[in-house]
Amino acid sequence: MSESTAVVAQGLTKRFDTTVALDNVSFSIAPGELFGFIGPDGAGKTTLFRILATLLIPDAGQARVLGSDVVKDLWTLRSQIGYMPGRFSLYPDLSVEENLRFFASVFGTTIEREYKQIAPIYSQLEPFKTRRAAALSGGMKQKLALCCALVHRPRLLLLDEPTTGVDAVSRREFWDLLGTFKTSGLTIVVSTPYMDEANRCDRVALVQRGHILAVDTPRAITASFDRPLFAVRSSNRYDSLHALREYANTKSVYPFGEALHFADARDDVAPEQIAREASAFLGEHGIADANVTRTDPTIEDTFIARMGAPEGEDRQRGARG
Amino acid sequence: MHPKVKTDSEARVADLAIQARDLTRTFGAFTAVDHITFEVRAGEVFGFLGANGAGKTTAIRMLTGLLAPSGGDATVAGHDVRREGEAIKRDIGYMSQRFSLYDDLTVRENIQLYGGIYDLSGTEIRDRTQRMLARLGLEHVEREPVHAIPLGWKQKLALSVALLHEPKIVFLDEPTSGVDPITRRQFWELIYETAHTGTTVLVTTHYMDEAEYCDRISIMVAGRIDAMGTPAELKQQAGVDSIDELFVRLARPAGGRAAQQAGA
Repeated sequence: MSESTAVVAQGLTKRFDTTVALDNVSFSIAPGELFGFIGPDGAGKTTLFRILATLLIPDAGQARVLGSDVVKDLWTLRSQIGYMPGRFSLYPDLSVEENLRFFASVFGTTIEREYKQIAPIYSQLEPFKTRRAAALSGGMKQKLALCCALVHRPRLLLLDEPTTGVDAVSRREFWDLLGTFKTSGLTIVVSTPYMDEANRCDRVALVQRGHILAVDTPRAITASFDRPLFAVRSSNRYDSLHALREYANTKSVYPFGEALHFADARDDVAPEQIAREASAFLGEHGIADANVTRTDPTIEDTFIARMGAPEGEDRQRGARG
Repeated sequence: MHPKVKTDSEARVADLAIQARDLTRTFGAFTAVDHITFEVRAGEVFGFLGANGAGKTTAIRMLTGLLAPSGGDATVAGHDVRREGEAIKRDIGYMSQRFSLYDDLTVRENIQLYGGIYDLSGTEIRDRTQRMLARLGLEHVEREPVHAIPLGWKQKLALSVALLHEPKIVFLDEPTSGVDPITRRQFWELIYETAHTGTTVLVTTHYMDEAEYCDRISIMVAGRIDAMGTPAELKQQAGVDSIDELFVRLARPAGGRAAQQAGA
């Protein structure tokens, strides 16, 4: 009940027909944390955010946000949280300023009164304040939506995939803004399918098909990768990939940027020897210029190592999906 | 990565899948695409990058014969984009994340529909459908509606459907949004396979790490191509570790040309 936690969820479960969107999910988030849920479509991110935002009732389990129960205390809670849904949900025919004024009035306040709170973001939107929301770029739409979610001065922000489909520059600017708001003590819970954005968070939960695979700081998550990882570069990536798939010692191999990432299945072999042997193997299979070097695992490598089969493959193997 | 890579001087016109020279498109006073010149070789995986509003979509609409250029020239699979739009449409495939498949039709019906649109014979449609389903491992869901299969399967199916009429070039518009990292890699392997068989691939993406999967990339900023080359070359020239860094450096609207379009 005390506020040593901003969000605590215990055994949250939600089904839609035969689909289990959330399967017994538990976690807690500290006040002032920037916490990320990282995972692909279908991981259950949106369902989780709707429950935390009091818009959906779980089938089982409980969640408390800012000390209030998301089912029983919804009216207390709604004025204290700012929720930005995944789909653009502002009024396309209203101007930037009209949208913001509307959301302020719903919560009984005005732009003028809240100006200081929203200034870091509204100052970027003000040059376009008479433009219809529909005519904004993707990045600017997201900034306006964030501004509208902040205008009633919430203590906690729930941002569901705010950077999906937005270009890399706008994504970076959006995360810079979140950093600004975090320093004011706001708790920020955000979801994203972009693995590289994990590093912007204090802690992250990796989510996949209704389950949490891991919760920790980004650094601790990548440190948990349990074996040396190697980058394999050659002039023929496609053939190298197929060759390493046939290599007896391969634990995993997959394309990663301009290289392949390769891990060896043996636990008792020194990294230098692993690199030498993999390189020799590729040489024997017609790839003379393979260069095998040690590399640091990323969040994405860790996610791949922990996620098991991709969606549907259990069905493909004949097991029930 | 592919054995067929040649230096620019070796590449002959016959090997060029796309050739654009000073290609330009204006809308009233606004120049969406501003004298872009580039070439894509047959069998290449070419990444076409740019911030939202940089002009990528307008450029692709011109290259696919859907929009007339205001200036400059381009040929796609040897056809002039101004005069031979219909010939271009037969020689290209197009896949976008959102609009490629009909959700209420089954997997098999979607394939048959596209086969019909491209005038394939009944035998061709049957043969290619069977081969495609086997290659993708989707035989067990061929009678399921597309909305009932996982997103990653849909994306692989959408790519295969775009290749059904055996085009020379396939345009992929943000093909991999939203899938898990393993499925995303399986999709890229399909792209490699496609290029390996000689089909040229032009792909747009917001995942900057995916740019590094391409043989060559271009980065559009405010209607122009500001960088073009292999990912390794571009990173080395700019002294950066990732394409993401280079992209942000070029495209961040900080008083440059891009500033005029901020918010557009």
